[in-house]
Formats: sequence, structure tokens, C-alpha cells
Amino acid sequence: MIPEIGHFVLIVALCLAVLLTVVPMWGAWAGNARAMRLAPGLAIGILVFVAISYICLTWAFLQDDFTVKVVAGNSNSLLPVMYKFSAVWGNHEGSLILWILILASWTAAVAVFSRELPLIMLARVLSVMGAIGVGFMSFSLFTSNAFERLLPVAPLDGNDLNPLLQDPGLIIHPPLLYMGYVGFSVAFAFAIAALLGGRLDASWARWSRPWTNVAWAFLTLGIMLGSWWAYYELGWGGWWFWDPVENASFMPWLAGTALVHSLAVTEKRGLFKSWTVLLAIFAFSLSLLGTFLVRSGVLTSVHAFATDPERGLFILIFLAIVVGSSLVLYALRAPSVSSRVRFEWLSRESLLLYNNVVFLVATLTVLFGTLFPLLVDALGQGKVSVGPPYFNAVFVPLMALLAPVMGFGPTSRWKRDSWSRWQVRLAPAAIAAVACGITLPLLNAPYNIWVAIAVLLAAWLLFGLLQDIWLRMRTAKTAWAGLRRLTPSYWGMVLAHLGFAACIVGVVATSQYAIEHDLKMQPGDSRELAGYEFRFMSVAQVPGPNYVADEARFEVWRNGELLTRLAPQKRRYLASGQVMTEAAIDAGVFRDLFVAMGEPVGVEGAWAIRLHYKPMIRWMWFGAIMMAAGGFATVLDRRYRRQRVSDPAAASPGLAHGV
Amino acid sequence: MASRLKLFVPLFIFAVLALFLFRGLSLDPKEMPSALIGKQVPEFLLPDLVTGENRTREHLLGEVSLINVWATWCPSCLHEHPYLVRLASEGVRIIGLNYKDEDAAALRWLQELGDPYALNIADRQGSLGLDLGVYGAPETYLVDATGVVHYRHAGVVDERVWEQTLRPLYEELQR
Repeated sequence: MIPEIGHFVLIVALCLAVLLTVVPMWGAWAGNARAMRLAPGLAIGILVFVAISYICLTWAFLQDDFTVKVVAGNSNSLLPVMYKFSAVWGNHEGSLILWILILASWTAAVAVFSRELPLIMLARVLSVMGAIGVGFMSFSLFTSNAFERLLPVAPLDGNDLNPLLQDPGLIIHPPLLYMGYVGFSVAFAFAIAALLGGRLDASWARWSRPWTNVAWAFLTLGIMLGSWWAYYELGWGGWWFWDPVENASFMPWLAGTALVHSLAVTEKRGLFKSWTVLLAIFAFSLSLLGTFLVRSGVLTSVHAFATDPERGLFILIFLAIVVGSSLVLYALRAPSVSSRVRFEWLSRESLLLYNNVVFLVATLTVLFGTLFPLLVDALGQGKVSVGPPYFNAVFVPLMALLAPVMGFGPTSRWKRDSWSRWQVRLAPAAIAAVACGITLPLLNAPYNIWVAIAVLLAAWLLFGLLQDIWLRMRTAKTAWAGLRRLTPSYWGMVLAHLGFAACIVGVVATSQYAIEHDLKMQPGDSRELAGYEFRFMSVAQVPGPNYVADEARFEVWRNGELLTRLAPQKRRYLASGQVMTEAAIDAGVFRDLFVAMGEPVGVEGAWAIRLHYKPMIRWMWFGAIMMAAGGFATVLDRRYRRQRVSDPAAASPGLAHGV
Repeated sequence: MASRLKLFVPLFIFAVLALFLFRGLSLDPKEMPSALIGKQVPEFLLPDLVTGENRTREHLLGEVSLINVWATWCPSCLHEHPYLVRLASEGVRIIGLNYKDEDAAALRWLQELGDPYALNIADRQGSLGLDLGVYGAPETYLVDATGVVHYRHAGVVDERVWEQTLRPLYEELQR
């Protein structure tokens, strides 16, 4: 009964979403305020019904209701309870319900937090989001029903959740990723609403900025968790594979990064309006494209859900309608006259434009690499695959081009700046950065030129920011008063840029300095790696809730002292018989020690063992967390809280601080 | 007017892209014909991945076998691997063609994930792969006891592919 309720309320939610799409939009067109005022209530109503539907599905998982097809296919009575929660989205049908729930939450959030928006704008934004909801709910109901029953013959027990997904990291990875993907729908809806209203101005940019930043921050966290999970769960220490599905999440992130910066220019200076709108459409289109690629099976990927051409066709049509109609609208309504506002070549506008170009080129290269096999195939030229060499070859230089210019950004002025001013302001930072780049890599012989460059670039960003903070607070009476003068959006920018610097160092150091050994070891053996002694003590059989594991016990010694104990496992899951490698990792700020078990070798209890020494790999994920924190911090800014700005003149930018 | 037309450029690009995506839907990235069907596996002389001995076409003969093209750089191969191990344990003879790979990484892979292969040919330059017409890994060829290719499957061999496509052919050839 419960699954039927879930199914039914989803249908109710779909009906409400159709109303939300049609009624307020008509109200905005006809000038009917009553119709427009229905929008927030409808948005909240949709959330309520979708949430009930989602709870019903979760209930089916918690109750081990194996008459429900997705439960039978993706859960098991022995599955630990927390994984029953996450098993809801460990499959195509359930993950769509989660997607819809998150979309409904974003829509309701806009309804609740944007009461200060002009009614017509709010009505249009919510209507656009309602239309997206209609698309996804129909997709779920018509092609991927999560509540389908296996009656009259239901299995006694379920097939179990894919063991790869039975992991704490994977509990929160998809929700965060979807928060990001779907969050870009808010920026998209604002862009469409602004195009419809013909008012692309600073207040539009200011309204959509906090939403965009938060969505971007969620997406950053989601991608970071995915990479972290791949690192410890796949058992071979890699953290990014340029797999089509990874690219599907990375492309909206790259476009979103460009959007976040472009919105700054539009808000502060009223420039790049058409461009910003296009980026907003682009970022959300890439989210949809990602969905299409993952679920349609047009590309092969390790991540792919069970794929189905019917579903693929549905998403493609949906994609065509959403993107096609928004681009038509863009072509008809975007301001084609270039703005009267001018800026010089040396100015913050130019630097942000440079940022936009780099990120757009990066997005397009990833898009091209991802779709290339498909394009070649569609042209009848055979099958090819594009691997990490292509992506690394184009992506790494792009990021290396970004960092030097990025150092100038925070301290630069709008409209017009000068070399001589930059020289004065940034000379100390440049000198300190060069000094760091030369000296710090000496700590870890042999000297590595790539690490030196990475440290140089990261230090350039770090010292540039410190210098800028100091210059901004210098005129205040006390240091505290100076710090308080800086706005949350400024701190957000600082955090995000520092996070990027940390990422550069982490990625380069770990790629250059990592050491790995694959050995045959038996209990009693010991091996040295990068100054650490790994002693293989014993192997034990350990029972788990839904698996049995062989566990190797290691002690790690350094300079005659016991540093830590590590216990990697080789698990065999009972329901599926799948064998999973569970690596044991001793994490640290400057290095990770990583032990994973291979296969038993020979008869004397020997195992194939993989030992990794991964310097500074945490910096990459920590950097990503800082970037996300920066994105969240910007929302605290006061200027987003007092929002009633109906007069565009009153919205003229305060040029004091912040990006 | 010209500047207005410029704004249609994104729409145009998207339309072209959408056409490709639509075409892509009706293509199966895993399905490919082979010119070799009904013909003999080409001659070759390559080292064995594990022992280093010379391997030739003769070593494939005598039994119905699957030739599985794999490499450690190929994520789908990782996905496919456990099922190959299962097939091998059920008595299916699988011959590995380690394709454009590094020997050390490949050996490590086998050590860690299990070795379903009766023997493994190290095709470092991809020369045999070229003769077979390999597009990418993983790919699997069904070869009879006399070395004639009967079927080629591009992409991952999983339960569905095996039960629906390969197994019936395999059993027929064994008779």
C-alpha cells in the first residue's frame, strides 16, 4: 500500500507542477496578480507531495519490501540500515526521485527566501522551475517508475546494493552532486525570467548570485567526494579518471565557475549581460546533458546505470525543448547592443573576462573529449576512445595559464588599472612566491621542476591575497576594525582562491612524488617505503554484516616507533558474491599511507599487497572543501538580505569591496 | 540586425549537437561488426605476459575459447573482470590479449583481481589487436577449436551478454 501512496502523491505533485508552469506564467503575461501569487504556495505544495513520495520509497527499503522492484534489485535484508537509506538513490529510478525531491526543495527555497523579489519576477522564476519539474516527474512516472511491483511472484530476498556503493562517502556524494546540478536550475530560471521580462540588469544578477554560488559550492563538494571515494574504494589509489560520468559532473562545474565570476561583473558593472545569461543557460544545459549521457547509454562508462534507449530519447527530447527554447528566447531577447559602459585592458573586468575565456575553453575541451567518440561514431568513422592523455594534455596547461592571472584579480580595480599600481601592490607577493617556489621543493629531494612551478603559483595566489587583505584593512584604526570591514563575499572569494591554490599543490605534488609498490608479502614480512616500515603481522577472517572479509594486519613503524596500525580487507559480499578491496589508509596533512590487499599468492599465507605513499593528496580535497566553504560564505553578505530593489538606479553598485 | 543574428549562434551549435546526440541514441557503442567472422585468427608471434614464452596461433587451438582484449588503463575492463573470473571458474577457456599495456601493471592487476586467463598474450604494440581489428578494450572474440572467429563482442561481457549471446554460440561450437 505504501508504495502505491508514493506513486500516487508523485502524480499529484506532477499535476501541481503543471499548474505552477502554466498559471503564474499566464499571470505574468496577462498581468493577473492573483495568478502570480499562487506560485509560492504551489512550489511548497509540490515539495510536500514529493517529500511524501520520497519517504514512501525509503519506507519500502527500510521494510525490506521485496515486492517493489527497485528494492528487490538494490537491497537485501542483511544490508545495514544506513545503506538502506542510501540504496534509495543507488539505482536509476530511485535517484530520479531524489533528483525531483532536490529540485522541489530548491523551488520551495526560492519561494520562501525570495519574497522580496518583484512578484512578476518571482512568478516567472518559479514557473520555469515548475516546468523543469514537470519534465523530470514525467520522466520518472512514464519511463522509470520507482514504485513498480514484482507481483505476484516476489523474491524472498533482494540482490543487495552494489558493494561499491556500500560506503559512507557514497551516502552523501549523490545528494551533494544533485544539489549542485539542480541548483543551477535556479540560475537558469532567473536568467529565463529576466529574458522574458526584458530586464537584464544589476538587480537580476544580484538576485541570482547567492543561488548560483551555493549551487556551485554543493557541486564542488559533490565532485570532491566522488574523487575521494574513487581513491579509497576502488583500491588502486587513483582519484580522477576522466570517465564520461565524471566529466558530466565536471563540465557544469567549469561552466558554473565561469558563471560565478561573470555574474560578479554583471552585478557590479552591468557588463557582459548577454554573456552571463548565456553562461547560466549553458551551465544548466550541461547538467541536463550530463543526465542524458549517464542514463541513455550513448557512451560507455563504469558508472552507468542500467541504460535504456527509451529513457535516452525522453531526456534528449526534454533537453531539446529546454535548451532549444531557452536559446531561441536568448536569441530573440538578449540585449544585442553592446553596453555603453567601457573598461580598459588593464582592469578587473578584463581579468574576469580572461577567467571566463579560460573556463569556457576548458569546458569545451572536456565536452569535446567526452563526446568525440560519439561524434566519430555518428559520422560513421568507426569507434574511438579518448583517454586521460588527451584531457591531461589540454587541461593542465589551461589551469597553469589561469593561476598567474588569478593573482592579480583580487587587488585589481574596476574600469581601469595600471601596471605601476600592480607593481607596487604585488611586488612583495611576487618575490615571496618566487622564493617559495625555489626553496620549498628543496625539502623533498630530488628537486622537481613541476612541483616548484606549482608551489610558485600557489604561493603567488596566497601572498597576493594576504597582501590584498592587509592593504584593505590598513587604513582602519585597529586590526579588528579592519578585518570587520571586509565583507563575507570578500572572505568567500579569499577562501575559494586559497582552496584553488591548495588544489594545485595537492594535485601536482601527489602526481609527482607518489610512490607505489606491489609486493608479495606474508605474515612476518616487512618492507620499507619512503622511510616508513610496513610490517605484515597477520591475516584474520573477519565477519561483517553482509560480507566476510580477510583482513591483513599491518603495523607501520618509523624511526623505531610504532606509528599506526592498518587493516586492509578483502571482502566477499554474501548476496552477490562480489569481492571488494577495502584499502586501509593512514591519512595525514603531508602524506597518506595506503595499504590494499590483492589476491592470496601461493600456499604459505602470502598475499599480493599494494603499498602507496601519497604525499599531499589531502590538499586537493581540502582545497575543494575550502572552495565550497567560500561559495557558502558569500551568501552571508548583507547586500543579499535587504533585497527589495525595484528601482534599477538604486541598485547601482557599491564599488567598495568584494567580487 | 547582424548583431541580432549573432545571438542565434548558440542555438545553431546546440541544434547540430542535438542531431549528433539523437544519432548516438540509435548507435550501440558496444556493438561492432568484425571483418574476421568466419575467418582464421591471424598469425602472430608474441610473448606470454606471465612466462615470457613465445606464443603463436597454435596455442589458441584445440578448444573453443574466448579471446578477451583487456588493459589496465581501461576502466570498463575492471568492471568486466569479476565476471570473467566467474566464467573461468565455470570452465570456460579464456585467452587474454593484454592490449597496449605495461607488463608490470598488467601482472599486478592479475595478482590483485584474480587471473581468469588460460594464457595471456602481451600485445604491447597492439599489432595483433590491429590485425584483429580491435577498436578498444574490452572486446571479446569467440573462437572455435580450429581457430576460426565466430563472434565478436565489443564492450563488457556481463551476465546478460553471456547468457543471451555468447553462451548459445559457445555451446553450439562445443558440440
